[in-house]
Amino acid sequence: MGKLNLNRVEMPKQAYFIRRRNFDEVALGYTTEMAIEEAKRCLDCKKPLCVEGCPVEIDIPGFIRRIAAEDFAGAIKTLKEKNCLPAVCGRVCPQEEQCEIKCILEKKGAPVAIGRLERFAAEWEAAQATMDMPEIKEKTGKKVLVIGSGPAGITVAGDLILAGHDVSMFEALHEPGGVLTYGIPEFRLPGRIVRREIDYLIKLGVKLVNNYVVGKTRSLSKLLEEYDAIFLGTGAGLPWFMEIPGENLNGVYSANEYLTRVNLMRGYQYPKAYTPVIRHKRVAVVGGGNVAMDCARTALRLGAEEVYIVYRRSQKELPARLEEFENAEEEGVIFHFLTLPEKLIGDENGWLKEIECSKMELGEPDASGRRRPIRIDGSEFIMPMDACIVAIGNSPNPIIPDTTPELEMSRKGTIVVDEATGKTSIDRVWAGGDIVTGAATVILAMGAGRKAARAMHEFLVG
Amino acid sequence: MFKIIERTMIVPNLHLLVVHAPDVVQEMQPGQFVIVHSGEGAERIPLTAADWDKETGYLTIVFMEVGTSTNKLAELKPGDVIPTVVGPLGRPAAIENFGTVICIGGCFGMGSIYPVVKALKEKGNTVITVMEGRSKNLLYWEDKLSKYSDRLIKITRDGSYGYKGHIKKADDLIREIGIVPDRVIANGCTTLSYKTSKEYAHYDIPVIVTLNTIMIDGTGMCGVCRCSVDGKMKFACVDGPHFDGRLVDWEELSKRRQQYIGEEAFLVHHSGCGGR
Repeated sequence: MGKLNLNRVEMPKQAYFIRRRNFDEVALGYTTEMAIEEAKRCLDCKKPLCVEGCPVEIDIPGFIRRIAAEDFAGAIKTLKEKNCLPAVCGRVCPQEEQCEIKCILEKKGAPVAIGRLERFAAEWEAAQATMDMPEIKEKTGKKVLVIGSGPAGITVAGDLILAGHDVSMFEALHEPGGVLTYGIPEFRLPGRIVRREIDYLIKLGVKLVNNYVVGKTRSLSKLLEEYDAIFLGTGAGLPWFMEIPGENLNGVYSANEYLTRVNLMRGYQYPKAYTPVIRHKRVAVVGGGNVAMDCARTALRLGAEEVYIVYRRSQKELPARLEEFENAEEEGVIFHFLTLPEKLIGDENGWLKEIECSKMELGEPDASGRRRPIRIDGSEFIMPMDACIVAIGNSPNPIIPDTTPELEMSRKGTIVVDEATGKTSIDRVWAGGDIVTGAATVILAMGAGRKAARAMHEFLVG
Repeated sequence: MFKIIERTMIVPNLHLLVVHAPDVVQEMQPGQFVIVHSGEGAERIPLTAADWDKETGYLTIVFMEVGTSTNKLAELKPGDVIPTVVGPLGRPAAIENFGTVICIGGCFGMGSIYPVVKALKEKGNTVITVMEGRSKNLLYWEDKLSKYSDRLIKITRDGSYGYKGHIKKADDLIREIGIVPDRVIANGCTTLSYKTSKEYAHYDIPVIVTLNTIMIDGTGMCGVCRCSVDGKMKFACVDGPHFDGRLVDWEELSKRRQQYIGEEAFLVHHSGCGGR
């Protein structure tokens, strides 16, 4: 082995003082030269630990080796064998805690930039005049219904159409993509990328039906009369609030509402798009995950003068990706760590005026292994604020459970499944993604979709 | 795509829209709503179903022209198509044999109460239907409503038709019909629902109102339709939209409905029920 190359190639980004006021993508992607240079750093380990870290088991050294050899077509082919959404995953997967953390070079502080290379390969393919279509197995004549067109549903649809089944995908909203469309902002995952991935599925033969709410438009049991197997990937449901006074004041939003207004409804183009988004001047976002960072950075881009993240633990416990935290901080988001909102206070017209917070300190680790935040008595202080966005998570979508009494649910409102296969308590019905795990990541939903698709295929041909 | 069969201004500022939505009407029940989205850039608008036919797949909606997105809907012509009509959404209205029920409809609610009136009559209730508007030219569907009502009472504020007055005269109405009903159901603007809830509160009977909150997805995801009912946070799209009006925090609800007044170029509307 030669000398280890620890010069990880940085990916160009829009400068922070420019990007903080526009909705264009922040990261610009590798050039061909950068990608080859970075790919050459891969040691092509005999026992690639990175693959173990990947929920969909991509042959990581395989695709990187091809990039290094300038065989980009080969690279994307290798990626797509396991991942139908490389352009999405290359952007939003938390590689630093999945594949890249396992990289041998990580110990030296400079893991191979697997995500950036994945993104590069996907963009290379999109720039080509034609796209290689994968081989579709002989038709089985079996009918599969995928409910929800988010990351879990997309994975199941992609896998099962290639396996030769007849696949329909129902979406409740007027545009497909689930959280990729309504949730993740344009500057982190442009809508055109999601549409491209969906168009690819349609080209493969997946029948997409928008505006169809299973459980309402038709019951699950009725649909079981028409389909041989059904996958439930219905994702996020009702947002959680803090259960403190004042949460129904005007100017208080759930993260889902704020992001949906801006992304799905194109509120960032208001008044060209009619769904209004108020351009608040002082905005506090409560929570510390990627969704909180998305909200804070969206508020900046809508012209806010001051945007705060209010998080009850310390920076060390912040669940957001480091990259997103750094981007947010660079763009000017102000972080109030160890701070807990106690009360939202309104004016006489019912609009938020200020937030009363307490300072916190960290105690002993709790059930999650993180140190528990404890309120410091007498530390209350007031933050004047026009808007508060509550980004502390959500419960799973309630519609199918509410209208399908025979479906076994957990006390948290998630669907109970067999962990290895995603099989639910109802015959011929599988489930995966946030509806099973509660709010998690895109790639975990895809991993669950992959597992379920495998089990569904075995059932259908068995 | 959903084809428009008919769109007419039924009374000033209220439009009747008939759309071909065969999948949507199959499981539709009284009191449920749909979300209509007329294309890129438009808002998603929740509208209660006023009638439907499972055979033809026709869905009828009555809506008020109040802002940019409903202006667009009001421009539709037969043969046009819109990309989104999704539903049925929300919980259906409770339909049982309650005994005697007063059903009150004002502005768009004269349309949306119709399926409730019909279903209650078919369950054997004595149905007293009340149509309320500012003037005679703002009342519609009298023939449809009277078909399923044991008694149909018209109230106009200017006295141009039926009784002169306002829905808030609950005591007068009950004296007139001679019986305290087992239930009151009101469909219409927030003012009508609020006033009905207050007026009938002392009779100790359920006063069921259909809340018109702001909604986006309508499927229990965004949370903008939240309201306080009996001190608890409820979501109108999945927990409602029907609640006992005696338990609703009306002040909060009406403030939440005003959130986008500054943003939306609302047409000034004073012709119908006087509220929004």
